[in-house]
Amino acid sequence: MSDTTAEAGRRPRPALAHHFDDLAQQKDAATLGMWVFLATEVLFFGGLFAAYSVYRGWYPEAFGAASHSLDITLGAVNTAVLITSSLTMALAVHAAETGERRLLVLFLVATMALGAVFLGIKAVEYAAKFAEHHVPGPSFHFEEEALSRNAQIFFSLYFVMTGLHALHMVIGLGIMTWMLVWAWNGTITKEYASPIEISGLYWHFVDIVWIFLFPLLYLIGRHA
Amino acid sequence: MDKVATSGAAAHGHAHEHTHEHHELGFWRKYVFSQDHKVIGIQYAVTGLVFLFFGFTLMMIMRWSMAYPIRPIPLIGSLLGQTRAPGGIMLPEFYNQLGAMHGTIMVFLGVVPLAVGGFGNFVVPLQIGAPDMAFPKLNMASYWVYFLGGVTMFVSFFVPGGAAMSGWTSYAPLSVIAQPGQLGQTLWLVGMVFLITSSLLGSVNFIVTIVQLRAKGLSWMRLPFFVWAQLVTAFLLLLAFPPLEAAGVLQLMDRVAGTSFFMPSGLVVGNVPVQVSGGGNPLMWQHLFWFLAHPEVYVLVLPAMGIVGEIIANNTRKPLWGYRTLVYAVAFLGFMSFIVWAHHMFMTGMGTTISAFFQTTTMIISIPSVIILTALLLSLWGASIRFTTPMLFALAFLPMFAIGGLTGLPLGLAPSDIPLHDTYYVIGHFHYVVAPGTIFALFAGIYYWFPKATGRKMNDVLGAIHFWGSFVCINIVFMPMFIQGLAGMNRRMYDGGLLYANNQGLPLQLNVVIGMAVWTLSLFQIPFIINFFASMKWGKKVSDNPWDATTLEWSAPSPPGHGNFLTEPVVYRGPYEYSVPGAAKDFSPQFEPERA
Repeated sequence: MSDTTAEAGRRPRPALAHHFDDLAQQKDAATLGMWVFLATEVLFFGGLFAAYSVYRGWYPEAFGAASHSLDITLGAVNTAVLITSSLTMALAVHAAETGERRLLVLFLVATMALGAVFLGIKAVEYAAKFAEHHVPGPSFHFEEEALSRNAQIFFSLYFVMTGLHALHMVIGLGIMTWMLVWAWNGTITKEYASPIEISGLYWHFVDIVWIFLFPLLYLIGRHA
Repeated sequence: MDKVATSGAAAHGHAHEHTHEHHELGFWRKYVFSQDHKVIGIQYAVTGLVFLFFGFTLMMIMRWSMAYPIRPIPLIGSLLGQTRAPGGIMLPEFYNQLGAMHGTIMVFLGVVPLAVGGFGNFVVPLQIGAPDMAFPKLNMASYWVYFLGGVTMFVSFFVPGGAAMSGWTSYAPLSVIAQPGQLGQTLWLVGMVFLITSSLLGSVNFIVTIVQLRAKGLSWMRLPFFVWAQLVTAFLLLLAFPPLEAAGVLQLMDRVAGTSFFMPSGLVVGNVPVQVSGGGNPLMWQHLFWFLAHPEVYVLVLPAMGIVGEIIANNTRKPLWGYRTLVYAVAFLGFMSFIVWAHHMFMTGMGTTISAFFQTTTMIISIPSVIILTALLLSLWGASIRFTTPMLFALAFLPMFAIGGLTGLPLGLAPSDIPLHDTYYVIGHFHYVVAPGTIFALFAGIYYWFPKATGRKMNDVLGAIHFWGSFVCINIVFMPMFIQGLAGMNRRMYDGGLLYANNQGLPLQLNVVIGMAVWTLSLFQIPFIINFFASMKWGKKVSDNPWDATTLEWSAPSPPGHGNFLTEPVVYRGPYEYSVPGAAKDFSPQFEPERA
């Protein structure tokens, strides 16, 4: 432990909090904490997916028709963007664990850039929905009058689910900014890479949510 | 509590690495934005007690309106204002606000923060020999998010239209269309999102702390029962709350963004069609709500069982009867609590297959509850019991929880639930579980751990007055409710049933008896409040282990400094080795080696 003591002086904050025995225990605690937190997130989105399943079971025609109005190309591009960001995130974790600071900064910037691209494309899609009057509320209008009421339920779910997903992305970008600062100023070292690792867990989780959202919202009912 | 010294650095073998952290903290960092689990625990406990008192006050006002309908409320009636009680006479709308907020405040702002945030935070790290919670900053955030939720709920009384008034369950579509354009229910939803977030942060912290930071030698089967109860509670909060958070967001959208997640088509209120797009399903709210709210019942009662277990072992000077069985029963109870929720919904027209499933699971979940109660009861067998103040409350918990539990069985079976649903029988049932049950256990915990938090003991005479007065009064409050409920008296009537045709000829005069008992009960809380504050300053000074207890928290100084223990604790034995044959003392603490 003497080497960490020597380095502690020039670090912005001591890597080891006072109540842990060593960095290994601290890392185990942090990793477990993130997994447990992700369990709550699974149930949070689980509540939304349960609502989706119920209404999809009730109104298959309206969900199919409403799903057709989404831009599948933009959705597919966004899926590719997000999967690529998961790759750069994984590479960032690897760079952190091997202590390659420049690579770490590079991959974090790449991850953030891809996340920003995702949000940009999402904004374009939202703008189109506003233009088409597909936003739930008094001005809602759907081309097939007979399905209008239930299509509105689809779009309510679409906006709440992708909106909460986008909120998670924004929080993710915040975390990545923080990690970038720590990577830049040398807080992250080979011995203390766990902040990058658990941030990576969060980032991958948010990606996986999208992997479920994309088929359920964009692809379902495509054959109809 | 003013002696929180920074002496705990020695708690670790490698203190030299981070002694620079242990400089004296300023007032704000030490007592307000503290990251120390003990300070946060006390913050939670005191805030929770304040909200318990506030929620109780709401009930005292409601009980006046029920006992003496259409008569001006004495003392405070004129202070309530024209929109709540013109001329001091309560409006039905205000009664509904009080009812909804009494439930919300008691459950989410009073009992849970005191049981989990207060006792969990203060006691768990001490009992497992940890210097702090695993994530101290998260712990601080969790308290302040809870505080924000409490402020949001409190402020909602003062917005135009008043606080939420659709019951603590906030059933849609009523909750969505009530108070249109006004803030009450919206603030309730925002407040709930804060409270849920706080609970989630807290439960992550508890799970990681218990898994990672146990002292050397503290294996799973040496954990005090209280820690097990808190661990299972943390899992319940962790897994049950997020779906309600999702549902809260959906209801918020229904109220503010014009969606129809819970709004059906063709809804007509007062002969006027409600202007919503429709197509949604109000039952979905009920499912998502009760998926939380049934486990929530066990969130209320498991920490209480944990506290009672600790106190019974200590005051009987015997090991807890069937420790392993208790642990397995608590874990099984936690698991089962996730698959019983629809027994709150037998009236919704569910099919017989689903209903049979939930009736069966409900009968099954009573088994571990009975096991726990039986084990605690058998622990008393043949003991020479010390009737200390905490023990009085802990002993009272057993029959009170038993009454609450047994009266729940008819509610878990659809044929008997249908006539009892929405009557005072239901109110009597769950209040026996949470008021003379859980809250008595929480009082027991306060008397029991007060010496650890302050270094001083609470007064036993005042404690006995508090106990006997509360015990008698609270039974006069809740027992008549079974009579009223079985006679068919409905709940949620602002005049106690006076003007409702279906309640004529029912024992409404019991409302006066209940009201008298409620107000007397409030008087018997005065000795507790005096005792609580006076004992901090003038209470009898005690040693580190005043109860001759065996668990780890009693090896730390009273009050423990930053880092908790003077030397890193090592555990040598199980949690309840009282009256070990051949031992010199009648208690063999976990922290003392063999033949000490």
